[in-house]
Amino acid sequence: MKQTNKLKKSINLILLLFVCIPAFSMHIMEGYLPVNWAVIWSLAFLPVLLVGLNRVKALIAETPEKRMILAMVVAFAFVLSSLKLPSVTGSSSHATGMGFGTALVGPASMAVVGTVVLLFQVFLLAHGGITTLGANAFAMAFAGPIVTFLVYRLFKKTGASMRVSFFFAAVLGNLFTYLVTSIQLALAHPDASSGVMGAFVKFIGIFGVTQVPVAIVEGLLSVMVINVLINNDFIKENDLFSFNSFNRLRKRKIAHEIK
Amino acid sequence: MKSNKLKGYNFLLLAFVIIIPIVGLMLGGDSEFGGADGMAAEMIDNSDYSPWIENIWAPPGGETESLLFSLQSAIGAGVLFYFIGYIKGKKAA
Repeated sequence: MKQTNKLKKSINLILLLFVCIPAFSMHIMEGYLPVNWAVIWSLAFLPVLLVGLNRVKALIAETPEKRMILAMVVAFAFVLSSLKLPSVTGSSSHATGMGFGTALVGPASMAVVGTVVLLFQVFLLAHGGITTLGANAFAMAFAGPIVTFLVYRLFKKTGASMRVSFFFAAVLGNLFTYLVTSIQLALAHPDASSGVMGAFVKFIGIFGVTQVPVAIVEGLLSVMVINVLINNDFIKENDLFSFNSFNRLRKRKIAHEIK
Repeated sequence: MKSNKLKGYNFLLLAFVIIIPIVGLMLGGDSEFGGADGMAAEMIDNSDYSPWIENIWAPPGGETESLLFSLQSAIGAGVLFYFIGYIKGKKAA
């Protein structure tokens, strides 16, 4: 017992350290979203963040070991987002590591994980920005994890194995993040002649080609780490992407409304 | 899945992880890339939009930026493998 307390303390310390060191990918840079869009995306992300905060609080209150899993999720995201991989176009991009986290702590908690890292990245690496934080977090910490979750469920339903489902979930979640970023940029910067659609095609062209190999690498690495975790009896296959996170959330909300 | 089979499986995945960027480099030519987000920004700069706010702080140079990036991956890898070691030891005990 004493040992677990000690471990918890050190984990907290490590988490704190973490928080101070940044990095993710594909962010819309500071100032590149006009004021109105910056406000709209920030407002859109705010409720997601609040739900996520609630969820993380509930997670830690229920099972303190989740703290350890959260630390691991952040660690994975750190490693992946620092790997700038070259791509066919001669441009580079990095992965997000969000799919792995979604499998372990659910999409809601990822809103918090993503935001914290994005925030400190703004201050230390000048990647992304305060005004574009809402938009970036919406794409990476909300849209991506949700798609990952849904894709996993869908694949599992069709009878695919856990590893195949998880691979595609992580890959598509990563790609979807870029899709949303492209939409955000296109809405804010419509092409002079071809409008929003034309701008979207241009942006998705830049991000898309670069991102496909990166997404595949992210999917492979995610499956590898999950393999190791399962092999060491740390988690069970069925615990991945469990619906609990949603159900519990709904119950809490209902209880709240009755009050 | 048996432990040994799993190890082989993971090595296979690792091989792909290494091959993909190498193929990318061979097809793409060099690694003088600024990143996809930089390209997108350039595209916006080419239209008549100019950013209305700047980052509060930016790394003073490319070398410092690399330092921060590698520090980040070192810490991430450190924590990740600390836990993998922890659960491995726990399983063995």
